[in-house]
Amino acid sequence: MLTFVLRRLITFVPMMFLMSVVAFALIQAPPGDFLSDYVVQLQNQGEYADPGELESLRKQYGLGQPIYVQYAKWVWGILRWDFGRSLEMRVSVNDLINERLTLTIILGLFTVVFTWTLAIPIGIFSAVRQYSWIDYMFTFFSYLGVGTPNFLLALVIMWFVFAYFGLSITGLFSPDYVEAPWSLGKIIDMLKHIWVPMLILGTDGTARLTRIMRANLLDELNKPYVETARAKGLPEWQLIMRYPVRIAINPIVSTIGWTLPQLFSGSLIVATVMSLPTLGPLLLRALYTQDMFLAGSIILILTALTLIGTLVSDIVLALIDPRIRIGA
Amino acid sequence: MASDRVAAQTPPATSEEAAYLASQWKLVWWRFRRHKLAMASLAIVLCFYFVAAFPGFLSIHDPLDSSSSRVFMPPQRIHLFDGWLPRPFVYGVSGERNPVTLAMEHVQDRETKHYVQFFVRGHQYKLIGLIRTDIHLIGAATPEGMHALRPLGTDKLGRDVFSRLMYGTRISMSIGLVGVAISLFLGVLMGGLSGYHGGWTDSIIQRLIEFLRAMPTIPVWLALGAAVPQDWSVIRVYFAISVIISLIGWTTLAREVRGRFLAMREEDFVTAAQLYGTSQLRVIFRHMLPSFMSHIIATTTLAIPAIIIAETALSFLGLGLRQPAISWGVLLFEAQNLQAVANAPWLLVPGLSVIFAVLTLNFMGDGLRDAADPYSVQR
Repeated sequence: MLTFVLRRLITFVPMMFLMSVVAFALIQAPPGDFLSDYVVQLQNQGEYADPGELESLRKQYGLGQPIYVQYAKWVWGILRWDFGRSLEMRVSVNDLINERLTLTIILGLFTVVFTWTLAIPIGIFSAVRQYSWIDYMFTFFSYLGVGTPNFLLALVIMWFVFAYFGLSITGLFSPDYVEAPWSLGKIIDMLKHIWVPMLILGTDGTARLTRIMRANLLDELNKPYVETARAKGLPEWQLIMRYPVRIAINPIVSTIGWTLPQLFSGSLIVATVMSLPTLGPLLLRALYTQDMFLAGSIILILTALTLIGTLVSDIVLALIDPRIRIGA
Repeated sequence: MASDRVAAQTPPATSEEAAYLASQWKLVWWRFRRHKLAMASLAIVLCFYFVAAFPGFLSIHDPLDSSSSRVFMPPQRIHLFDGWLPRPFVYGVSGERNPVTLAMEHVQDRETKHYVQFFVRGHQYKLIGLIRTDIHLIGAATPEGMHALRPLGTDKLGRDVFSRLMYGTRISMSIGLVGVAISLFLGVLMGGLSGYHGGWTDSIIQRLIEFLRAMPTIPVWLALGAAVPQDWSVIRVYFAISVIISLIGWTTLAREVRGRFLAMREEDFVTAAQLYGTSQLRVIFRHMLPSFMSHIIATTTLAIPAIIIAETALSFLGLGLRQPAISWGVLLFEAQNLQAVANAPWLLVPGLSVIFAVLTLNFMGDGLRDAADPYSVQR
């Protein structure tokens, strides 16, 4: 087990390195050097750039030096949890990101828990009662869930609630708490708001997982060992929960790897539509205004979350399925 | 034994002999035909592509024609019967600016009826991009009638949503095809190399695929979309966006192709062809490819909806296609926030097209996938 984890950790490092190169390439993608853009931008606002500030920025990012030096300086900063400066908002990227990162992760975890608690029972039920009207109903909903882009669902639900109840369900906090420091009250307030985006983000994943769970369990239910257990007189539900479900659930665990990343990147658009204080809207704004350090940092964070998600799912899968840990 | 199985799948009307003689494609088609949902979806998908092929003919107004006096006009119902006569008409509409809120208010005038006519002359367009014409499927005789004929209302610039939806269908449906073509090319090439050669070629390509799949798709798409220069022409942006979306999309296809190659490399007929001295390319294209072509088509069909959603999402955020291009995503861009949607809910209609197209393409792909292997026993 230990060797398995170690081996996975070793592949994690080069992957992370490659991802950081990609993120850096994206920072460099827009034409021109960002400092000159910055100067132009300041002039447009009728301000003048402070030559001292420019000089220190130039030095900090190694502008004018070879590209690998610039890359090294950027990465070195990130390793010390210093993401550079947002040139548009003139603050350090850290200040902008920290709270939003926490909220992004919280929203993601809530959604995963929601997805699982809904999808697995529904999947089991659909498989055991295959071709019943409930199975057909769930099948219909899961197709609809896969076919509807999240952001459209968010728009429709927002419109519906607004048109019929006169409520605006955007954001994660009530106006009183938006600027407030963290307190118990703020957490409760967040919990009151978080379920709407959670529901919207969860539909797609729930639909997919239900299908997978149903198909896996259907495959297992026809196997001889189920028949044997039944012949021995085990109560039906106990039998199903104890044997086939345990096997059918394995492939689901391996989906954590892509559920979390998909959530982080999928929540981006929903978060923009619903103006949630997560990383998504910030990334979009950074991309609109070509605030490339901010954009690059967010992309790097999202890729890191993706890779960590995959790592966690591999380890969990190895924990529950001995075949993988020994075979790999 | 095998013949029994094949015979069992043929429709009862055809004789067993027909099943022996039928080509593989015929068998696939027979099986696909039995999948009712997939057949219905096929019909709807064909309708979508019909709209995509003739948006000019089907549209009523010029999609770029704006007018300040027709801003945010709600959808006008087309009444099919005038009394007992099947004569479709719309009521007249006059717009006035509310002196207090300064918003346009459109009042229906139940006294005047404008009859809908068929094959009417309107704005000029090019049929299939070649023939210049100005004939449209429906229209009205008078300018007032044309003004009232807005089945899906107008947007914030007074442009006709229905006509824009028709033109949007062309770009959104075709970008799915272009994107899938690029993905297919890359996927078959890389997957084929990987599966046929094995060894270190396989390892490198597999690592590349793993790497690409580990990237968070939407942020990377957004960043690449933002890097597309603002001053590019519509056509260039269109192809740039298709390439960006296909960059990650090809990996699914490559995996499928590789898997098929690996499974087939050991088959007797491939060994036989190789022993006979057939060239490598001929083995691949003449012997191996036809036997899994149907699987590739199924996977390809299933890849199209993902591309359509990706384009819609990118354009919706303003980082994909931009005005004056018209796609479903560009249309939904207008409905980006709650205020816009609350004001003019009909701007969400292009979203319905997205859902419908994605669903039917999915059903069709599922049906194709089930039919792709006509020799298997059906469950």
